[in-house]
Amino acid sequence: MALELQSVSRVVKGQVHIQPTTLTLEKGTMNVLLGPTLSGKTSLMRVMAGLDVPTTGRVMWHGQDVTGQRVQDRKVAMVYQQFINYPAMSVYDNIASPLRLMGKTAAEIDRAVKSTAEMLKLTPMLGRKPLELSGGQQQRCALARALVKEAGLVLLDEPLANLDYKLREELRAEIPRIFEASGAIFVYATTEPEEALLLGGNTATLWEGRVTQFGPTTQVYRQPADATTARVFSDPPMNFIDCRKVGGRISFGDALTAPAEGALAGLPDGQYRAGFRANHLHLNAHSGTALELHCSLSVTEITGSETFLHLTHGGQRWVGLVHGVHDLTPGANISVWLDPAHVYLFDPAGHLVAPAPYAEAA
Amino acid sequence: MAQITLKNLAHSYMAQPKAESDYALKEMDHVWQNGGAYALLGSSGCGKTTLLNIISGLLRPSQGRVLFGDQDVTEAETTARNIAQVFQFPVVYDTMTVRENLAFPLRNRGMDAAYIKARVGQIAAMIGMEATLDRKARGLTADAKQKISLGRGMVREDVNAILFDEPLTVIDPHMKWELRTQLKQLHREFGHTMIYVTHDQTEALTFADKVVVMYDGRVVQMGTPEELFETPAHTFVGYFIGSPGMNLLPATVQGNRAMVAGTEIALGASYAPPKGRVQIGIRPEYATLTNGAGLPFTLRRVEDVGRHRIIRGDVAGQTVNVIAPEGMPVGAELTHISFAPDRIGVYADDWRVTGGAV
Amino acid sequence: MDKTQNNKAWFLVLPVLVVVAFSAILPLMTVVNYSVNDTFGNNDFFWVGLEWFEEMVTSDRLHEALGRQILFSAIILAIEVPLGIYIALNMPKSGAWASLCLVLMALPLLIPFNVVGTIWQIFGRVDIGLLGHYLAELGIDYNYTNDPLDAWITVVVMDVWHWTSLIALLCYAGLQSIPNAYYQAARVDQASRWAVFRYIELPKMQGVLLIAVLLRFMDSFMIYTEPFVVTGGGPGNSTTFLSIDLVKMAVGQFDLGPAAAFSIMYFLVILLVSWVFYTVMTNLDKEEGR
Repeated sequence: MALELQSVSRVVKGQVHIQPTTLTLEKGTMNVLLGPTLSGKTSLMRVMAGLDVPTTGRVMWHGQDVTGQRVQDRKVAMVYQQFINYPAMSVYDNIASPLRLMGKTAAEIDRAVKSTAEMLKLTPMLGRKPLELSGGQQQRCALARALVKEAGLVLLDEPLANLDYKLREELRAEIPRIFEASGAIFVYATTEPEEALLLGGNTATLWEGRVTQFGPTTQVYRQPADATTARVFSDPPMNFIDCRKVGGRISFGDALTAPAEGALAGLPDGQYRAGFRANHLHLNAHSGTALELHCSLSVTEITGSETFLHLTHGGQRWVGLVHGVHDLTPGANISVWLDPAHVYLFDPAGHLVAPAPYAEAA
Repeated sequence: MAQITLKNLAHSYMAQPKAESDYALKEMDHVWQNGGAYALLGSSGCGKTTLLNIISGLLRPSQGRVLFGDQDVTEAETTARNIAQVFQFPVVYDTMTVRENLAFPLRNRGMDAAYIKARVGQIAAMIGMEATLDRKARGLTADAKQKISLGRGMVREDVNAILFDEPLTVIDPHMKWELRTQLKQLHREFGHTMIYVTHDQTEALTFADKVVVMYDGRVVQMGTPEELFETPAHTFVGYFIGSPGMNLLPATVQGNRAMVAGTEIALGASYAPPKGRVQIGIRPEYATLTNGAGLPFTLRRVEDVGRHRIIRGDVAGQTVNVIAPEGMPVGAELTHISFAPDRIGVYADDWRVTGGAV
Repeated sequence: MDKTQNNKAWFLVLPVLVVVAFSAILPLMTVVNYSVNDTFGNNDFFWVGLEWFEEMVTSDRLHEALGRQILFSAIILAIEVPLGIYIALNMPKSGAWASLCLVLMALPLLIPFNVVGTIWQIFGRVDIGLLGHYLAELGIDYNYTNDPLDAWITVVVMDVWHWTSLIALLCYAGLQSIPNAYYQAARVDQASRWAVFRYIELPKMQGVLLIAVLLRFMDSFMIYTEPFVVTGGGPGNSTTFLSIDLVKMAVGQFDLGPAAAFSIMYFLVILLVSWVFYTVMTNLDKEEGR
C-alpha cells in the first residue's frame, strides 16, 4: 500500500524537469520535498497527481500501474500556494463540493463537512464566503476541501508560502496533527529547511530535478549523503572549507591541523572538503578540541537572542550563528572556534566520506 | 538624507471617522533618526503598509504632519519627496537592459553621463550583476529582477529615505541571506535612512537597528532587537517576536513572588500588586525542564529543528513551549518546568509592568 | 502511453475538421476551379490554365484598386492606432465612469455594417444630412458624391468612427493588467509621462496591440459594405476598393473566371501580409527577450 515512482523522469521541450527518480512513499507517511525554486518539486508533484504524464518510468499506486490515468480517476487531493476556493460559494459549500461530485447523500456530506471544519477550526466561518476570510482561514478552507475527500494521496505545494510568518507558524504546528488524523500519504513541498524539520516524517531533498537523498527527516539533516544535500538542507547555508589529509592529521591551511580520528583515520591521504553548519561556530573555545579560525567579519545581524555573523575565510563566505547579542565591529578580524566533531567531510566530487561524529551519536 | 518626523499622525480610510476603531492608523508621534535602519513589523492589516504609503506620499493622512528634516512634506507628491522605493514584487522596465534599468532614475534627473556610468557600475558590482548588464531585463528570473529593483532603489545617493515593502517575498531562502547582507553593507556604506516593512521577524530583526512593532493600527513598541526580545512591552510583541513566541501564564503577583496554578515561583524584581488581568511571560529559551523543581509540566510533542529542539506541552491547561539545545535527551523523568527568575516579565492587561529592586 | 492520448485527441478534433472542410475548403476549391477554367454556364468548363491570373496580374484596373486599398488601410491604421491608444490612456480606470465609457465605446461596434454606411450616407448629404447641411452653411464646399477627396474623407472618417473603439478597448484591457506598483515605481524614479508610456504602458500593451493592428488591417483590407452603401465606389472609381471591384467583376459583369483568380490572389495577399506582420512582431519580441 504505497505510491511508487519507478525511474520516473520528465523532459519538456528538451529541458529536463525531473531526472530519473525512484521513490516509494509508504501509506500513512508525511513526506517533505525540500529544494529551492525550480528544483523540480512541483513537477514531481504533478506527476504524482497524474496532472502530467512522465516521459519515462511508471507510477504505481497500491501495486497498480496508474501512469496514464487521469487525475479525475485517482483519489488525489492537492493544495496550492495560492488560496484556491470557489468565491461564490460559502465555506460549507466549498468543503462539500468534492463530496457532492462523488454523489454522497446529504447526511453523509453534512457529517463529513462538520467534522473536517471542526478539525481545521472553521466551524464559526461555515456560512461565510471565502473572500470575507483572512488568508490563513482561506487556506484552511482549501485544506479542508482537500481533506474531506479522504483521498489516499494529499499533495501540498508550498501551502503556507503566501501567509504571514506567525500564521504560518500556527498552521504549520497543526499540519502534523491533521496528517495523523487523516491516515493518508502526505506530500509537502517547501523551500525552507526549518519547515521540513518541523513537519518531521521523511524528506526528499531536490536539486536541479534530481532527488539527492530520501529518508527520515532528521537523518537526512544530520547525515546528508553529499554536499548538495547538505547545502539544500541548511539555512543559513552550510559553510565549506578545503582541507587535506596527510598521515594522521587533517590540515585546514593556516598551519591549522586536527588529528584524524574515528572514521577519518581510515581515509586515504588527499584533498577533501569540510562542511559545517552556522550554529556550530562559536565565539569562544567551547571545547578542548575546538579549532581556532581567523576570519574577517563583514556584517552582524542580531535577532534578539542570537547573532548571525557574516564572515569571510580565505575567500569563502561563511555564516555563523551564535547565542547572545554580540555587537562586533564590521570589517574587524575575529577568531571563531569550531569543534571537529561537527565537521562533515566530503570528497572532491561532493560525496560524504565521513559524517560529523556528533551526528552519529545523536 | 533627512530625519523623518511624524506629528499627531493618524489615518482613516473612511471619509468621516468617528470611533477610534475607524482608524487604520491610530494617532502617533515619532521621530526617525537620519541614517537609521528601521523595520516596520506586524501581521497583515496592522497598518504598516498604510504608514509606509503615507511616508512615500502615495496616501495623504487624515490628520497630522510628515516632516523630512524641517520641511513639511505632508502635501507633497511622491516625486517631490526624493525617496526611493522597492516593492514586494519585482518592478523592472522589461524593454530596457539591466544597465538602462539601473540608470533610469539618474537619467530622469539629468545626471551627467560619466557619473551615471560610474555609479551604475558600482551598484551592479554590489548586486552581483556586472555580467548581465547588457541583457534585456525581460526573461530574467524573479531573483534577478528583484535584485535590479533593489539596485534601482540604491542608485541615487541623495535620497531622503529608501523604503522597502516586503522586498524578499519572492526570493529563495538561500538568496535571502545574500541580499540581506548586501542591504546591510549598503546601509553601512552610504548611511541612507532605510525603512523596511515586513511580517517576517527574522528579516525585521536582522535588518534593523530599531524595530517598530505594529499591532491594530498602533505602534506597540519601538526598540532594538535585543529590547524586543528581552523586555517586550506588550504581550503581542512577546508573541510576535521569537519562534515560538513568549509563554504566558495567568498569575497573581505579590512583591517578588508569583503564584501560578497554586505553585509559587520567584521573580527577578519586586512588584506592587498590578491591576487588571495579570500574566507572567517567559521566553521558551529561558525555560528548562527539571525532574521536580518548578511547575508540573505535561509533555505533548518534541520537534527537532536541527540546531535545537522545541518541546511543546501544558502547564495548568496552558500551552507552554521550551527550547532545548541540540542533542539534549528528553526523558520521561522531566516532569516539571522552571523559569530563570530574572527573565520573567509581568503583564497587566497585556502591558508590561516595571518592577523595582528585590 | 503518450501515443494513445494523442490519438484520442485527434478523434475529438475530427468533427471540427469535417465542418471546416465543408465550410471553407470545399468552397475554396470551387473558386480554384473557376480560376483555371472558362465557363459559359450549364456547367461547361474549358481549361484555360493560368490565363486569368496573367490577365489579372497585368490589369491596370486591379493595380489601381490595390493602390487605393493599400492607401486606405495605411490611412485608417495611422489614425485609428494612435487615436485608440490615446483614448485608452485617458479612459477612467475604475468606477461608474469607466463602465459608462466602456458601454459608449462598445456602441459603434454593435451597429451592423450597412447601417453604419446608411447613417453616414444620410449624415453627409447636403440636402437632408446634418453634417452636409451645416458644412454648406459654413461655406465649405463639401459633396462626397462629386468630389473624390470629399468621398475619401467621408469613408475614412466613417471607418475611424466605427472601429477606433475596438483598438481603444483592446488597449484598455492591456492597460488594466499593469500592476499599480509599476506606476508608483515610475513616480519614485521621476519618470516623465512619455517614459511611463514608452517603458511601462507600451510594452505591456504590445500583445493586444499586435492583435488589434492585425484585425484592423485584415478588416480594412477587405472593406466592402460601408463604402458601397455611401459612395458605391465613386465618384468615378475613386473609392472602388478591392472588394467592390471584385463584386463588380463577378456579379456586375459576370466575369467569373477573372473574378475567381482575383479572389485567390486577394486571399493570398492578405495571408502574406498578415504572416509577415505577425512574424516580424513576434521576432521583435524574441530578440528583446534574449
